[in-house]
Amino acid sequence: MNPCSTTLTQLRDAIAKGEISAVQTAQAYLDRIALHDPTIHAFHETYNERTLERAQQVDDGKITGPLAGVPIAIKDNLCTTFGRTTCSSKILDNFQAPYTATAVAKLEAAGAIVLGKTNMDEFAMGSSTENSARGMTANPWDTTRVPGGSSGGSAAAVAADFAPGALGSDTGGSIRQPAALCGVVGMKPTYGRISRYGLVAFASSLDQIGPFCRSVEDAALLLDAITGHDPLDSTSLNEPVPEHYKTVRQGTPKNLRIGLAKQYMSDANDPALTKAVEQAIEVYKQAGAEIVEVDLPHTEYGIAVYYVVATAEASSNLARYDGIHYGHRTENPDDLVDLYAASRAEGFGEEVKRRIMLGTYVLCSGYYDAYYLRALKVRRLIKNDFEQAFEQCDAILCPTTTGPAFKAGDKTDDPLAMYLNDVYTVNANLSGIPGISLPAGLTDEGLPVAVQLFGSWFDEARLLQIAQVYETATSHQHHRPTMGN
Amino acid sequence: MTAAYPNLKTRLMVGMEIHVELSTRTKMFTSAPNVAHPDYHDASPNTLLNPVVIGMPGTLPVINEEAVRMSIQIGLALGCKIASFTKWDRKSYYYPDLPKNYQISQYDLPLCGPGEIEIPVSDEPDAPMKKIRILRAHLEEDAGKLMHEAPGGGKIDHSIVDLNRAGTPLLEIVTEPDFDTPQQAVMFGQVLRDICRHVGVSEGIMQKGHIRFEPNINVIIEKEGVEYRTPIAEIKNLNSFRAVHGSIAYEYERQIEAWLKTGQVMDARTKSTRGWDDNKNVTTLQRVKEDEDEYRYFPDPDLVPLNVDPALVEALRHQQPELPLARRVRYRDELGLNTRQIDALIAEPGITQMFEAVLAEGTAPQRAVSILLNYGSKRANETGCPLQQLGITAKHIHEIAALSDADKIGSSAAADLFNLCCDHPDQTAADLANKHKLLQVSDDGALEGFVDQVLANPKSAKAIEDIRNGKDKAIGALMGQIMQLSKGQANPKRVTELIKQKLQN
Repeated sequence: MNPCSTTLTQLRDAIAKGEISAVQTAQAYLDRIALHDPTIHAFHETYNERTLERAQQVDDGKITGPLAGVPIAIKDNLCTTFGRTTCSSKILDNFQAPYTATAVAKLEAAGAIVLGKTNMDEFAMGSSTENSARGMTANPWDTTRVPGGSSGGSAAAVAADFAPGALGSDTGGSIRQPAALCGVVGMKPTYGRISRYGLVAFASSLDQIGPFCRSVEDAALLLDAITGHDPLDSTSLNEPVPEHYKTVRQGTPKNLRIGLAKQYMSDANDPALTKAVEQAIEVYKQAGAEIVEVDLPHTEYGIAVYYVVATAEASSNLARYDGIHYGHRTENPDDLVDLYAASRAEGFGEEVKRRIMLGTYVLCSGYYDAYYLRALKVRRLIKNDFEQAFEQCDAILCPTTTGPAFKAGDKTDDPLAMYLNDVYTVNANLSGIPGISLPAGLTDEGLPVAVQLFGSWFDEARLLQIAQVYETATSHQHHRPTMGN
Repeated sequence: MTAAYPNLKTRLMVGMEIHVELSTRTKMFTSAPNVAHPDYHDASPNTLLNPVVIGMPGTLPVINEEAVRMSIQIGLALGCKIASFTKWDRKSYYYPDLPKNYQISQYDLPLCGPGEIEIPVSDEPDAPMKKIRILRAHLEEDAGKLMHEAPGGGKIDHSIVDLNRAGTPLLEIVTEPDFDTPQQAVMFGQVLRDICRHVGVSEGIMQKGHIRFEPNINVIIEKEGVEYRTPIAEIKNLNSFRAVHGSIAYEYERQIEAWLKTGQVMDARTKSTRGWDDNKNVTTLQRVKEDEDEYRYFPDPDLVPLNVDPALVEALRHQQPELPLARRVRYRDELGLNTRQIDALIAEPGITQMFEAVLAEGTAPQRAVSILLNYGSKRANETGCPLQQLGITAKHIHEIAALSDADKIGSSAAADLFNLCCDHPDQTAADLANKHKLLQVSDDGALEGFVDQVLANPKSAKAIEDIRNGKDKAIGALMGQIMQLSKGQANPKRVTELIKQKLQN
């Protein structure tokens, strides 16, 4: 078998059964990365030696677990004691963490092997992976286009078959949007489901780690490995976690109710997306689901609320990068204030600076009530919308994006146009609910489009079951980009 | 003041902010050791760190419940209302001793709400009491320390940071401006320090900055029926009562003089912060606050709000030990102790506990005090070991008191026995007294033998004559010989009686 063109679950089973060794698997992926990543630039760095060493340990039976021998790519904002953790920022150019993110540690405890760190928008701020101090990532479907962002490297890595699965982080759509643009499955679990310890914070109340993969089943498998309470993260839920993989394998839930909200059906959507959603509705009708109309009246305020809340938190979270204790420090500062100002001016990119300024502004006394406090109130209303909607349905179906991948450079001069990429994803972060993006076929130009399903809080198991109904019926996940091999 | 400014009526107005470092084992938001815990007082710079303390990317804070409990204990002792719901806010400012460049604190929902406590207005024995209102007490994390000299005092061309203190749990207590003399402010500080130490939430070592004071001072001046308020000065970071007293007294004069010169009165733009110069005994201007500081407070999204269990508050209220002020009154009124004795007993919580334990054994208070403070203090001085850690137990002290009361040991034997108990805490005082032959010989048969032998000694003739002439003092000369013969074990009281008896016959 070719380990690079299977699903994560199949690969895992093949390794477990001894049909392929973990070392062969690892070597195949490393070879493929070496061959194609110079074109794609999904990775900042790979850990070849470490990967092969761990693979050998899997083959020797020294490393076991439900993911034994499965190579995984991780976003460069997840701290590891090996390699660097840069967040695609000059300010953390040489940062080596003395700790490993809980989610990554759990992944490896389940037997997975971290292949390398993937490119991203600097500090996860962006929707195209163009805001990276370390160069952009190309969309494997069309290298003149962006892979989406901010977890563009992880999405591209899975799309380009550089890894059967990857971890990213989703603050306003940073997993689901690039998954959609790269034609892979991407999921943001409920806020609090996965520990954020070791995930470099962008906006603490919105950030959530989640998987990229090639099937719903794969997502369930990865989720099982990384979920659970962490005493190091007070915001992680301290409740038993259901077995997602088992639940998904059990099959289709009965008496499904799929919600549709008019607020997600804009005429401005690309026709391919409208078609994709219509097709999805048909799939669920065929499966016996009831289609119900739900109202999410505060949807349109999502982007505004998001860019107040997220930037406010970011302005504070990123204050620590000051050149004093670690990270980039300017040479020959005049005094302390100059050391701060110059280190930060040199270390941060344009978009990060823009958001720090915006966030600082909305938290200033005199503006706090008008912006930050009001944003919190509207955030509550958005959450209420979903609470009411989930009384009427089990999942909400909508597009992930308004269109397919755009050309690199198209939106870099227009921050607002870039921000609107998140229009269908941010509200899941603001309300904390889980969301999953599923491949939904290709446009006439051959670019992937996606549909998205929202589930209720901590109801990932059912959301995955519902997603699998669509996946099984359509098989869109089998589309792969042509990479010249 | 009125004497110096005959046509002015002036009144001092002082409020206090007090920072108390709690002596939890670990820091406020992470498991790194806390420098305010006695086990870590002398840690080398930058050794009490972990990634959370350094504010490394991706690290997260987790609340230290012990610090919350300790804060509630202080709040209860200050008569504060304990919040049932409290949250954590980020206070943003850039400084190299603050690794995240924000401090996790509590902005609008402090753990401890309003309260009040009565304090004596001075340290005079019968000083009247005064109510001091507490505005709030909130929990936060301390910052590290920035130093501009090399360790040991050498000159360096840059500053260095020690983060050992960063993240230490800090309770900031804010009073209403209820002090109108420097003495009251000092008394409050001392009462608070005593509370913290006796409740067991802080070591209260002033030199180590465990308790730091920031008085906010201004003066109300009445001239020709019109009232003027001088601009408020906040004196930063005082860590001695001398400095609290000195800075307030100095400001009282300085502000009146300044007003006479400039006529400037309080408004939003005239608040200043000043420092205290311990050598020159003056305050010096640090900066004038033109506007309110911009700290950009907002709720910390890394922490969840804290719901305080009312059962916990009640349990802590129930467990609260007798507070030092109440204890002072009881020692004076019920035990009949004098101020010097009370001060000595209250000075160290460990001594207080030892004293209470001795009383619980059934020892009379005066006996317990004299043994503890005489023998105990002497040995503590000689050995450099704190009195409460000498090794001797309450039971030993009770035994020593009982042996003395029964006339079985003399006072010098009691002192020896005290030391023996310290050295052999596992043996009873009676056994030790026996083994070391400290028990007095009171049996007349044996004593008469010694007395007769001494009286028969020709060298005693002069003393004997003096005694017969009514000079009782001369008994001392014979006593020395008898003690020598008895190896110190003769009961001197009985010996005196025997000598007198024999010489009168």
